[in-house]
Amino acid sequence: MSEDEHKHARKKTDEHASEVRLEAMVDTEDGRIAPPPVPATAQSGDLHPEASSQTVGQRIMSGDALVAVLAVVLSLIAGGILIALTDEDVAQTATYFFARPQDMLLAAWSAASEAYLALFQGSVFDYEGETFSRMISPLMQTLTVATPLICAGLGVALAFRAGLFNIGAQGQIIIGATLAAWVGFGLHLPVGIHLLLVIVAGIIGGAIWGGLVGLLKAKTGAHEVILTIMLNYVAIYLVTYLLTTPAFQRPGSSNPISPLLDETAMYPPLFGDAFRLHWGFIVALLATVFVWWLLKRSIIGFELRAVGANPVAARTAGISVTKGYVVVMLIAGALAGLAGVAQVAGTEQVLSSGVAASFGFDAITVALLGRSTPWGTFFAGLLFGAFRAGGVTMQISTGTSIDIVLVVQSLIVLFIAAPPLVRALFHLPEPGKTKGPRSPKGTRSRKPATTGGPA
Amino acid sequence: MKKSLRTIKRGTGLSAAMLGASALVLAGCGAPPAETEGSAGAEGADYLGCIVSDSGGFDDRSFNQSSYEGLKMAEEDLGIKIQQAESQAETDFVPNVDEMVQSGCDMVLTVGFLLGDVTKEAAKANPETNFAIVDYSDPEFTDNVKPIVYDTAQAAFMAGYLAAGVTETGKVATYGGIQIPTVTIFMDGFADGVKYYNEQKGEDVQLLGWNKERQNGTFVGNFEDQGKGKTNTQNFINEGADIIMPVAGPVGLGTLDAVIEANEGGKEAKVVWVDSDGYESAGKGEEFILTSVMKGMAASVEDVIRTDLEGNFDSTPYVGTLENEGVSLAPFHDQEANVPDELKQELETIKESIISGEITVESEASPK
Repeated sequence: MSEDEHKHARKKTDEHASEVRLEAMVDTEDGRIAPPPVPATAQSGDLHPEASSQTVGQRIMSGDALVAVLAVVLSLIAGGILIALTDEDVAQTATYFFARPQDMLLAAWSAASEAYLALFQGSVFDYEGETFSRMISPLMQTLTVATPLICAGLGVALAFRAGLFNIGAQGQIIIGATLAAWVGFGLHLPVGIHLLLVIVAGIIGGAIWGGLVGLLKAKTGAHEVILTIMLNYVAIYLVTYLLTTPAFQRPGSSNPISPLLDETAMYPPLFGDAFRLHWGFIVALLATVFVWWLLKRSIIGFELRAVGANPVAARTAGISVTKGYVVVMLIAGALAGLAGVAQVAGTEQVLSSGVAASFGFDAITVALLGRSTPWGTFFAGLLFGAFRAGGVTMQISTGTSIDIVLVVQSLIVLFIAAPPLVRALFHLPEPGKTKGPRSPKGTRSRKPATTGGPA
Repeated sequence: MKKSLRTIKRGTGLSAAMLGASALVLAGCGAPPAETEGSAGAEGADYLGCIVSDSGGFDDRSFNQSSYEGLKMAEEDLGIKIQQAESQAETDFVPNVDEMVQSGCDMVLTVGFLLGDVTKEAAKANPETNFAIVDYSDPEFTDNVKPIVYDTAQAAFMAGYLAAGVTETGKVATYGGIQIPTVTIFMDGFADGVKYYNEQKGEDVQLLGWNKERQNGTFVGNFEDQGKGKTNTQNFINEGADIIMPVAGPVGLGTLDAVIEANEGGKEAKVVWVDSDGYESAGKGEEFILTSVMKGMAASVEDVIRTDLEGNFDSTPYVGTLENEGVSLAPFHDQEANVPDELKQELETIKESIISGEITVESEASPK
């Protein structure tokens, strides 16, 4: 592999030429080369030039975006049925269904609709709030929870684009958070510098944990899924161990929880002390812009996408696959590290072994739902943040189990992973396939180069 | 491919509908109730007691569950209304507690040290609402917070003495879930009990799995992995221990599995259960449970709510001890015959000595 690297050292002026060459390569190599280990839907259709020749309507109808939206809708419907089925009133009224069926149907409807209303009320806008700040505080909560999901989701999405299934966001968040927290409560520095150092520490922590995977994969060929899963365990046990040492505990206490981070180390609140929302959200927004720029406008991003689309072709085109894997995992880890910073320096303000919650794994879902595009991931992160924030209100005000939210999230993944199922249910056309009346231009359809299946 | 998918869909849809319909026919034949509903009047009807779990959830067979049971008991006995919120992750703590305060709870009960900071802040910001927190105490708490803590080492001391007296191999063992004070306090007490027995009787019963002086020992690393609990226990039995105390919530069920197998294989191994009376709650291997080190969480939670309902709330920490029966040793049940009467009497004496202060049980993890 490293021989290839040297052989194909390129000048920057060749960039455009190789770009053209690569696209030709991606098309002609169709079918001959094994697809990368990432699900078809995780890779966006950017590399398919035929998409631009379809009408906007066609693209929406057959696009992954619609499948993603429908997957969410279907999951919500299934979740609603589950809520109704597990509701006590419904169970009660069901016993005399034939004597008075409307009772059960009404109970089922009110159970599901009340639960979803509470979900909305807890995640977007509380119309029963007494003051304006209480009304919008659900939205603030959604954005707060979404922040780490977006950062980590971007990391996973970026790795998807390079053809890597990065399961390791959890470990990367934890290591990023650990390092950031240690800088946050261990050092006492002036305002500004302290927070900056905390952020840098988090980025470095995540990048090390991610970069290690890229390095091992590139140098030894070890599979990234196994590497990341194992490193997750290493990370969680490492932080659990560190929290048993006095250096990470509060003075006079042996509970495994760190001291509060210094005021100077924390993200300032974005809209005043009334809300938990902090500047970490702006950092997440900037990270999204950065990833968009990286993928769309930078040379590195182009190389990453090429490696993800077809590593063999990329190598032939003179792109170092080895370097690509290391770089993408470094950046992916750094993004997950930012999620860790958002947790310790913003939302939680302390380090404990549960600091990463399940964000590292939710991030995979977020990236899948966002089709691995930066903005898709951003909005998917917002949606999942809303689920998590709204789930709290739903649970308390209607007594619906918060696990329903998890079921809905899982169903989304299920439907997204099986686009043909969603298309079959809604009688949607397959992508690239153009049917008579809907395709006045009658463009030729080609199979996407990235995968074997209809994506 | 697509065609077959549709056929399958229709086929399964039909049979599912048949199944559902038949279930409805069977289930839906009852008579409807009268349209009007009577209202249940009770003394505590206006009182709203709320509970927020930590990330373990209310089905953790440990402190979340016991505290929740206490609240359920209060609902039944005192007629109060209750509201519960399960936290899936630490991110949920603040919104859960906040939501409880907003919905007008009279008492917000939080469970575990992880909720300590959140409870402290919420109590400071909402002086009108009363709070109680299980298994955590903090000198910075405002006076609307009632900490509920337990000096479990006292009861564990008795269990250690008992185990040392009953063992036939001269070796007993313990292990924990995660190394946190609420776990190690059991192990410290158990270790001291064994040591006290050796001092009194001039014996040399060994304790595996925990070194009190160095504060290290065997831990599973979580409160879920029953398989690891089983392996740990098998290792202890192979090393010659015949009484094992798992301090790891549901992981202890793995210990029961190992002990059941060991007894089938001709060895005589026993278990000391923790938190609740394992003879009633574990659901298997009851006959091998020597005793249990009980933390009366449900009772004390109900008690705190009753006091608040009567208008006598105070913020002095409730410390469960042998004296107020907040912690205790469970009956021996099936193992009654294996405990000599002499030992039973000694245990009674020890209990009295601990209550009177003649024997002091010290642990780094004891509530201060």
